[in-house]
Amino acid sequence: MRFIRKTRYQQDIALFRHGGQWFWYSLLLVAALAAPLLLDRFYLGELALVFIYAIAGIGLMLLVGYTGLVSLGHAGFLAIGAYAHAWLLGQGWPFPLAIGSAAALSAAVGAAIALPATRMTGIYLAVATLAFAVIVEQVIIHWASVTGGFRGMVVPAAAWLGVDLGGPAAFYVLCLALLLLCLLLALNLLRSPSGRAMTAVRDSELSAESMGVHLVRTKTLAFALSAGFTGVAGALFAHKIGYLAPDAFTLQLSILLLLMVVVGGLGSLHGVIYGALFIGLLPQVLAVVRDSVPPAIAQLPGLEPGVFGLILVLVLIYEPLGIYGRWCKVRAYFDAFPLYRRATYKRQKQYLRTERLH
Amino acid sequence: MDVYQLLISGVSQGCVYGLIALGFVLIYKATEMVNFAQGELMMLGAFVAITYVDVLGMPFLPGVLAAMATMGLIGVLLERLLLRPMIGEPHFAVLMLTIGLGFILRAVAGAIWGSSPRPLGVPYAGQVISVGELVVSIESLAIVGGTVVLCAALYGFFRFTRLGIAMQAASQNQLAAYYVGIPVKRIYGLVWALSAVVATVAGVLAAPVTLVDPLMGFIGIKAFAAAIVGGFGSLPGAIIGGLVVGLAEQFAGLYLPPGMADMSAYVILLAMLILRPQGLIASMQRKKV
Repeated sequence: MRFIRKTRYQQDIALFRHGGQWFWYSLLLVAALAAPLLLDRFYLGELALVFIYAIAGIGLMLLVGYTGLVSLGHAGFLAIGAYAHAWLLGQGWPFPLAIGSAAALSAAVGAAIALPATRMTGIYLAVATLAFAVIVEQVIIHWASVTGGFRGMVVPAAAWLGVDLGGPAAFYVLCLALLLLCLLLALNLLRSPSGRAMTAVRDSELSAESMGVHLVRTKTLAFALSAGFTGVAGALFAHKIGYLAPDAFTLQLSILLLLMVVVGGLGSLHGVIYGALFIGLLPQVLAVVRDSVPPAIAQLPGLEPGVFGLILVLVLIYEPLGIYGRWCKVRAYFDAFPLYRRATYKRQKQYLRTERLH
Repeated sequence: MDVYQLLISGVSQGCVYGLIALGFVLIYKATEMVNFAQGELMMLGAFVAITYVDVLGMPFLPGVLAAMATMGLIGVLLERLLLRPMIGEPHFAVLMLTIGLGFILRAVAGAIWGSSPRPLGVPYAGQVISVGELVVSIESLAIVGGTVVLCAALYGFFRFTRLGIAMQAASQNQLAAYYVGIPVKRIYGLVWALSAVVATVAGVLAAPVTLVDPLMGFIGIKAFAAAIVGGFGSLPGAIIGGLVVGLAEQFAGLYLPPGMADMSAYVILLAMLILRPQGLIASMQRKKV
């Protein structure tokens, strides 16, 4: 077990707690940068998709994991980012400006949604965001002059200053760079007063308010930032799928994103990465498994969503902290060996407190 | 005349929404859990009814009753296996759990019954009554009639039976219900059974109009809008909300640009949440510490 002797207050909010973290994260970065030299284009494409999911996941994690607001409508923000980016590129805007504007537009819509949403909590909010996503989908279908309606729209090639960003290696590096940027932004946000305020709102709105946290401002900020991150992911997603159609942004995608943050581990940025790896790679694993089971089972319709649903249920019942939580427990076990106590991570149950009048 | 025709189809569609919303509200009132898989329970109920009536060849009414009994059992099992461990967990976790449950039920239904739409062989299929220029299908009348009968039965159940009153007590105050000797956990299981039975009735009534396939449960989301419009804690509110959503949908299709019909339920939902979040029939108050 490592004990850190703190001699400066700065250490409490340092990005890296100790030299070991420096070492391992640098190693991970080197490995990620070396990947284009080692992997073929299929796996590079899959990894790029994982990075895109991770960027959207950071956005959703800020909202669900850190501010405690549930959104079932993040596919809507993803769609706004994707369509805005593709449309602006089509108008001849340079790449960074287009992606930045797409993120800004998404964030603005997020802030607009947040204003009514701050009046609601829990399921009401989840359902309102769900309604929002459906409305976005319908607007895309019927606003054919901009979005191409059902026919869809071709995403212009990614290029900037004569450099082609669309090739497998270049796109991979682009996604990696944006993911790192977003991670850094999120990390810095979370150790700033605004980020701390979000966590306080999650843990208890009432006590946060009593401590002087402005609820509406904090929630609106969380919504806007979350939508902004998701908008960036949407812009990259547009390049990844190459052709935008309304059926790419369904309720199922929103739930997949939510599944990502839950399975990865709520309330940690590590969880986002684990969750993105999980939902990005599970379809590949399923495809491999499909080849080795009898065709009668492999050909079942809706097998993939069913497996996702099953995993979601199992995770919620047996490991509500997700993959990252499991990793923490394993690490704590070895850190404290042989003194680990199961009760360390015992879940707290709450008595039902109704909000209804009788 | 168009208006009356729309009124009738709106009311019958609204009754289907209302019945699903009733299932939402039953579970929410009793257990404070939100069951996002309610639409899938309806889909499953319709499929079970098809199995009894069309595949096994039972007569219509006994077949439907058997389907209701089977679904009640499934409701109890779901509660015992999946929801019981989640008592005391945050709302969000339960919400996600039922979403996952919906995915699983859809996959299971697809595996057993296939993904192509199937009709339910009701004895009144295709018959119509003409009143003047008005043409009313028996299917629509059956939906409205079935809803009225079911509501009356539920009213009687909650008003006069020991079990119904115990359920009300458990929903109003868990701890106090324990103290007076009501087996709250068993009541929760029975509430799930009741909700699954109501969903089955909704499925059987809707089946002749919409056909039954594994994706049928998606109208559960619109029913959710109905439940919220009605105030989420109120049984009559659920039916009223269902009627509002059903009627709005029909009339939006006629008077508003295309696409508004699909959106209307959600627009109403958002407007409701912004303007009057407590619903038409309010039963919420500001959260206290």
